[in-house]
Amino acid sequence: MLGKLTWAAIPTDEPIALITVLVVLLGIGAVLAWITVKGHWTYLWKEWITSVDHKRVGVMYFLLGLVMLLRGFADAIMMRTHQALAVGGADAGYLAPDHFNQIFSAHGTIMIFFTAMPFMVGLMNYVVPLQIGARDVAYPTLNSVSFWITAAGMALINISLGVGVYSRAGWLAYPPLSELQFSPDVGVDYHLWALQISGVGTLMSGINLVATIFKMRAPGMTLTRMPIFCWTALASNLLIVAAFPILTATFAMLLLDRYLGFHFFTNDAGGNAMMYVNLIWAWGHPEVYILILPAFGVFSEVISTFSGKPLFGYRSMIAATMVICVLSFMVWLHHFFTMGGGADVNAFFGIMTMIISVPTGVKVFNWMFTMYGGRVRFTAPVLWTIGFMITFVIGGMTGVMLAIPPNDFLLHNSLFLIAHFHNVVIGGVVFGALAGYMYWFPKAFGFRLHEGWGKASFWFWCIGFYIAFMPLYGLGLMGMTRRMQHYDNPAWQPWLVVAMFGTVLIFFGIVCLVIQLAVSIRRREALADTTGDPWDGRSLEWITTSPPPSFNFSVLPDVRGEEAYWGIKQAALRARRLADKPVYEPIHLPHNSPTGFFTAFFAVVLGFAMIWHIWWLAILGLVGAFAGFVVFAWRDEDEYEVPAAEVAAYDEQRRAIRQSLVDTEARA
Amino acid sequence: MSAVAIADDPQRLAAHHGGNGPAPKRIVVGYGFWVFLLSDFIMFSGFFAAYAALKNATAGGLGARELFDLGNVAVETVCLLLSSFTCGMAALAVSVRNRIWTQFWLLATGLLGLAFFALEVREFHELIEAGNGPQRSAFLSAFFTLVGCHGAHIVAGGLWLGTMMAQFWFKGFNEMLIRRFMCFSLFWHALDIVWVAIFTIVYLMGVAG
Repeated sequence: MLGKLTWAAIPTDEPIALITVLVVLLGIGAVLAWITVKGHWTYLWKEWITSVDHKRVGVMYFLLGLVMLLRGFADAIMMRTHQALAVGGADAGYLAPDHFNQIFSAHGTIMIFFTAMPFMVGLMNYVVPLQIGARDVAYPTLNSVSFWITAAGMALINISLGVGVYSRAGWLAYPPLSELQFSPDVGVDYHLWALQISGVGTLMSGINLVATIFKMRAPGMTLTRMPIFCWTALASNLLIVAAFPILTATFAMLLLDRYLGFHFFTNDAGGNAMMYVNLIWAWGHPEVYILILPAFGVFSEVISTFSGKPLFGYRSMIAATMVICVLSFMVWLHHFFTMGGGADVNAFFGIMTMIISVPTGVKVFNWMFTMYGGRVRFTAPVLWTIGFMITFVIGGMTGVMLAIPPNDFLLHNSLFLIAHFHNVVIGGVVFGALAGYMYWFPKAFGFRLHEGWGKASFWFWCIGFYIAFMPLYGLGLMGMTRRMQHYDNPAWQPWLVVAMFGTVLIFFGIVCLVIQLAVSIRRREALADTTGDPWDGRSLEWITTSPPPSFNFSVLPDVRGEEAYWGIKQAALRARRLADKPVYEPIHLPHNSPTGFFTAFFAVVLGFAMIWHIWWLAILGLVGAFAGFVVFAWRDEDEYEVPAAEVAAYDEQRRAIRQSLVDTEARA
Repeated sequence: MSAVAIADDPQRLAAHHGGNGPAPKRIVVGYGFWVFLLSDFIMFSGFFAAYAALKNATAGGLGARELFDLGNVAVETVCLLLSSFTCGMAALAVSVRNRIWTQFWLLATGLLGLAFFALEVREFHELIEAGNGPQRSAFLSAFFTLVGCHGAHIVAGGLWLGTMMAQFWFKGFNEMLIRRFMCFSLFWHALDIVWVAIFTIVYLMGVAG
């Protein structure tokens, strides 16, 4: 009846897991009780859960990333504290081998798929339609479905904490270890189904944003007038469309091996485990560019705005972005030079990898030249950007070291590699996500985040990063491999203790983020952004109010050049008056839809049933999903109208504020 | 809404690449569906790559030359290509808003798809009965997955087709349904393209050796 699911699946013998589960359940219970007592359910359902507004969806993505950052970081701090203690035998440290393996697998999976991805997808969702002057993404309901499906994957990975076990096979689940023969329990199945489901969500959101950028731009917004963040978003989403189907196919093959006894990657009957490694990195390498490219976009926006200058080398930035986009598909083999592809193959991929550093270098110089001669305001987003520029260059250089095959044979699988990719992911993606968070927060909520706490967070993160990961470069050169539950070389221990302290500093950085949010909400009156343009911005998102109305723009902006909003703003300042009042027309917006929420519900049911081999429930999940599809397909009315008078009334207010700004500027 | 006003203005529409505002809904939907189909092709290319890599990994069992029956495959191919033709006829019927002919051609498309699927199931069944199931060797795993994935797409297309027929029957022709039908026909023709690749790479090249 319940497949493999029995009471033994509850980890009563693992106190750490059990206590965590109880605390999380209590936390969720408290939040639900609070919502019920305060009577917020209707608001939540109408304004958020069923919302198809790209801004709401974007915020929910980012929130999901923040929550999962906490979980992923809890794993990180356990690994660092454990390794700081684990000199000696298998009983050294405080985590059992079995548990330690689950922790590093969960840490990597969560940080990439459920922290970094939601951060970036959330920012792109929120910002891209505003920057290109659109009212929403191309397919708003599909957007909501994408988000909720991602949330379904997240739910499954968290359920594994309390029901059953998680994978012990690392974040990429290499076979043959991840095959049924060596991982017979449900851990790998949790991993595969959670990622398979959330991967579908990511793919759909990629299609959505590609179509949005190509087909929804405002009049006059040609491709080479788009802000650079839109270009990086375009490159990133093209990569999603081209790479995620490979992940789906690869995981499908591994699932067939595990569920139906196929032989894609098994040791026997002709299976080929190296084929999995090739396929997974054919997705996995583009994936790292999917994450970093939007971060490059954020830094470009931030550095240009706060230097008070147009971005240096706008066209070369576009070229560099698209070159990285293409090259990212030609380097996957550098993840396994030790496969034995031969000297020619390794040389080709080594050289291709090094070539990628050329467009990246172009970008770094462009950012520096943007600052040069500008009047840089050292706000929190700028600190993240400068921290990134320095840190990322170091990470890039160690990457080039790893790209040299003979080097890689020595450094492969060592902590040097771990240090390298945390160097680029924390210094690049995380700093980028947080810079974007602090830069666009006032747009989303109508008040700025507290600067002091933001800067404190930056310093803790930045210094913490160096103290946590520089020792790992050294340890890698000393021969310490990754994923060690214990070790017998006492010379390594002092470095691991230092790394642990670095992690503690990063922890303070996260605490500062939480405090910053709380303080900012409390002082939102003082931090309010009444103008819609708190940073003296240059792109279209700053022309509308903060937060923007559901329809984003009262009339679609008429774009006349690069830096659309800057041009309009300067024209108004020169003329000392705004452009003439436009003719307002009624606006059609999509209705809210619970489709995403129900799809996610059935996806969780289906995934859980498949993981535990509860076949009847899986069929029920599929039937439910199909029924949901038919109900959704049967709707007639999918848009409502905002009357022209309402639009005019809104714009009247906005124009009054803008006019007063122009007047103030004119007097000064 | 100005977006719609611009979108429906044919002069501005003429060159929507040049930054003349948002494209009309039909274009947006069709374009996005094309992007989806491209991603679907990439997924298939993953299975094709696996098949190519494992083609000779027969683990001492039978290979493509011994196993495949081109006669059965020829009939399958005829069914599928004909169903693309009938799907095109359905598109014509939709464009002249003829309810009866729409139903007729869609039904024909569905039946041909069903015939294709039945033949595929029979082929699979015979292979498995003879001990050449997907568990036998990596080559057979890759074969069943690649061809089966195409079959699963046909089934999904069939469910979609049934839903569309019901909607056309009960609701007539509205803009939303017509857009969806355009996506369906793109999907159905795309499955033909995949089949042509399967037919060539798996069956013809397999039997040729």
